[in-house]
Amino acid sequence: MTEAPLLRVRGLSHAYGSRIACSAVDVEVWPGEVLAIVGESGSGKSTLLNCISGRMRPGAGEVVYRAKDGREVDLWQASDAQRRLLARTELGMVHQNPRDGLRLGVSAGGNVGERLMAVGARNYGAIRATAAEWLARVEIDVGRIDDLPRTFSGGMQQRLQIARVLVSRPRLVFLDEPTGGLDVSVQARLLDLLRSLSRDLGLAAIIVTHDLAVARLLAHRICVMRGGEVVEDGLTDRVLDDPRHPYTQLLVSSVLPP
Amino acid sequence: MTASLRLVDVSKTFVLHNQDGAVLRVLDRLSLEVEGGECVALVGPSGAGKSTVLRIACGNYAPDWGRVLVAAGGRATDIACAPPRAVLALRRQAIGHVSQFLRVIPRVPAIEVVAEAARLAGSSPDDAHARAGEMLDILRIPRRLWSLSPTTFSGGEQQRVNIARTMVVPFPILLLDEPTASLDAENRAVVVDLIRDACRRGAAVLGIFHDADVRAAVATREVACATLSRAA
Repeated sequence: MTEAPLLRVRGLSHAYGSRIACSAVDVEVWPGEVLAIVGESGSGKSTLLNCISGRMRPGAGEVVYRAKDGREVDLWQASDAQRRLLARTELGMVHQNPRDGLRLGVSAGGNVGERLMAVGARNYGAIRATAAEWLARVEIDVGRIDDLPRTFSGGMQQRLQIARVLVSRPRLVFLDEPTGGLDVSVQARLLDLLRSLSRDLGLAAIIVTHDLAVARLLAHRICVMRGGEVVEDGLTDRVLDDPRHPYTQLLVSSVLPP
Repeated sequence: MTASLRLVDVSKTFVLHNQDGAVLRVLDRLSLEVEGGECVALVGPSGAGKSTVLRIACGNYAPDWGRVLVAAGGRATDIACAPPRAVLALRRQAIGHVSQFLRVIPRVPAIEVVAEAARLAGSSPDDAHARAGEMLDILRIPRRLWSLSPTTFSGGEQQRVNIARTMVVPFPILLLDEPTASLDAENRAVVVDLIRDACRRGAAVLGIFHDADVRAAVATREVACATLSRAA
């Protein structure tokens, strides 16, 4: 067991005008741990993800990330430059819509290679080889390495986005409904990839999903949100098999057994 | 310290909020103890809470009351109130649970499903692979199936992969929920041997065995779960 959490969120609140999106949320994630945030649309899970991934300043609360060098950084006390540096090196964000996470005018290989160059890689041959390796890992035909992502299907774009994020070996990735638009077999491959990265490399992930089956197979812990609050959290199979809160019970009983 | 599992005054009630707050009382101050080397069979009618006991013992259900003391590898943990990371660590290294159904990520080959358990328990990738192969051989899963996903297998084959993935790790504590339910006589005999071997090496085994012959062959003792009156 590792000594300290990688990310610690305390009392995070955010409102859009008078509408409260997140209310005093506490969350933490440990190295190698996958945390799923589930809840219906409008429950505040995307707002939470945006705030804790450093992309939207919350109304209140702290988001403390423990960096590779051991320093604790409150993402919203840090400078913009510090936050951007972390986002480029240690954190990763997989958007629900791959077009938000890709550069559509740059080749597939370029999309992946760019992230490597951002963390200091310079050798063209090595960058291209690593990009090709990652395309293969997400099951994109390496023959498409020079094609533009806009010629890809939605599912391929999503896999490309994931390769782009993971290639630079971030320590913590945020995923917003990453498997939503994918067919089942590709979804399974990605779940397996994410799980092996968390097991072998200690990658931690926070995944927002409404798919309880995905949460069960991937996440160690689950957090159930409703109306901006965390109503129940704990070990994934405990929350899904022995739900306590009325809302969790409703959520679990409303789907086919995950 | 040898391995042991102790449930002390464990009570479990389910409150179904979306069914008019119906309350199901399943366990009322149940206490039981399984020492290393023992195989304790839970007996009782359907609905008496036998599976609930196993689920509580691995942290899948949280009891309302009572302690669930898991002793293994020189330390004792109350799994009823341990944090999620501690429960997961116990499941990787101390508690093996054979559930009634196999749950896996689709497309992952059978051999990888079994090897992953060994890797999570600390084996190197090569060692995990080798041991997974041995275990699949013991459980008579034909080699031509090893590279296929068990989601495509028959019920009996899936159950044997499920058993292999638990037995590949020498867990000090084993929880077995009907491990031989969908197996034919020959495969039942293989599983009986595996359970007896586990007891011989000192594992504490708690299980549900509906098949009377299997129960007679493996159990050193029986503990009855009584049906409670359901209304609280």
